[in-house]
Amino acid sequence: MAKPNAYDDIPGTTVFDAQRSRQGYHLNMFCMSLMKADNRTEFKANERAYLDRFPMTGEQKQAVLARDWNRMISLGGNIYYLAKLFFNDQKSFQYVAAIMTGSTQEEYAAMMLKGGRPPEGNRYKKDWKKKHG
Amino acid sequence: MARIIGGATMSHVPAIGAALDNGKSGEPYWKKVFDGFERSKEWIRKVKPDVILLVYNDHAVAFSLDIVPTFALGCAAEFPVADEGWGPRPVPKVIGHPELAAHIAQSVILDEFDLTVVNKMEVDHGLTVPLSLMYGQPKAWPCPVIPLPVNVVLYPPPTANRCYQLGRALRKAIRSYDEDLRVVVFGTGGMSHQLQGPRAGFINSKFDRRFLNLMTRDPKALTRITHLELLRESGSEGIELVMWLIMRGALDAKVREVHRFYHVPASNTAVGHLILENLK
Repeated sequence: MAKPNAYDDIPGTTVFDAQRSRQGYHLNMFCMSLMKADNRTEFKANERAYLDRFPMTGEQKQAVLARDWNRMISLGGNIYYLAKLFFNDQKSFQYVAAIMTGSTQEEYAAMMLKGGRPPEGNRYKKDWKKKHG
Repeated sequence: MARIIGGATMSHVPAIGAALDNGKSGEPYWKKVFDGFERSKEWIRKVKPDVILLVYNDHAVAFSLDIVPTFALGCAAEFPVADEGWGPRPVPKVIGHPELAAHIAQSVILDEFDLTVVNKMEVDHGLTVPLSLMYGQPKAWPCPVIPLPVNVVLYPPPTANRCYQLGRALRKAIRSYDEDLRVVVFGTGGMSHQLQGPRAGFINSKFDRRFLNLMTRDPKALTRITHLELLRESGSEGIELVMWLIMRGALDAKVREVHRFYHVPASNTAVGHLILENLK
């Protein structure tokens, strides 16, 4: 069993390390397959059947079908791979970022225009808990 | 003898490329970004490099989880522009410089930087957006480009110090090439940003400004930054700032800062940009 990492105490953040890459290999390679137009067509026609071609876990497939982005990240997904899936849905990085933070796209865009999410209270899990409850 | 005349750093946010490609660069939101590069365009027109060595990261396009090279060097004669899922960007194909690239590969590997030689590769927004920022929308890119992709997607990327040292080795390699070429090095990516999880949208302008200051004045100080500090202080994707150190290592210790630009936001990211020139 791998030891905990120092970066695990950064709040709201999943570092895509070698363990997570191993866990998410098939999920990420499914996403990568959507860079080919033929595969996009087949995925669109029957998402479940297309996913069954990949030796992913049931949880991973469910997370894809539900477009549960945080769940995909927790199951080994990496954002640059997941991008192939949300590009296929005609969605942007900012759209998905807003969902992952639990805000509307308007709220999220407004936060970015005001300078983004500040470091204060967002560096350590203990500070985050105080701030966000 | 080939020599490095200067370097530039800049973010490579895909939305910047999309704004330009879709004719939105005049909209107030994007104009603020593009205005910061007006002086840079003049600069590069004036210095007119013969070759650009372009340090960037592939975003799960040319490489997948099947093969993850930490440092690679594009040695091909040309590099097609990748279709990243919405069609290739409408930009010219990238012409390489195979002779200089082969020389660099041989030199740095014997200098103990075991990079991966790539003879066939498509290039993504990480490489084309910086060219667009510096050259606008030409029919052909004005000079050959040698791509140097660095893994920053799978943790851990190479350390800041290792990147700086690779820059030193690249400097030595270029200076030992027996043709009178003027080379500019781009270090791309950053600055602070996080694209994933509940902390997405993280921006740390104080950290970024300090990083910009040290890039010019004291890059050695930046070689001591740990991955943990980068992740915590510049966001999970801000860690790609290590690539700037490759560019900085390739320049002389003392440089002249020609231009600096910093702006928040471009989509989810703090845009940081520097132009540095060797003094002689």
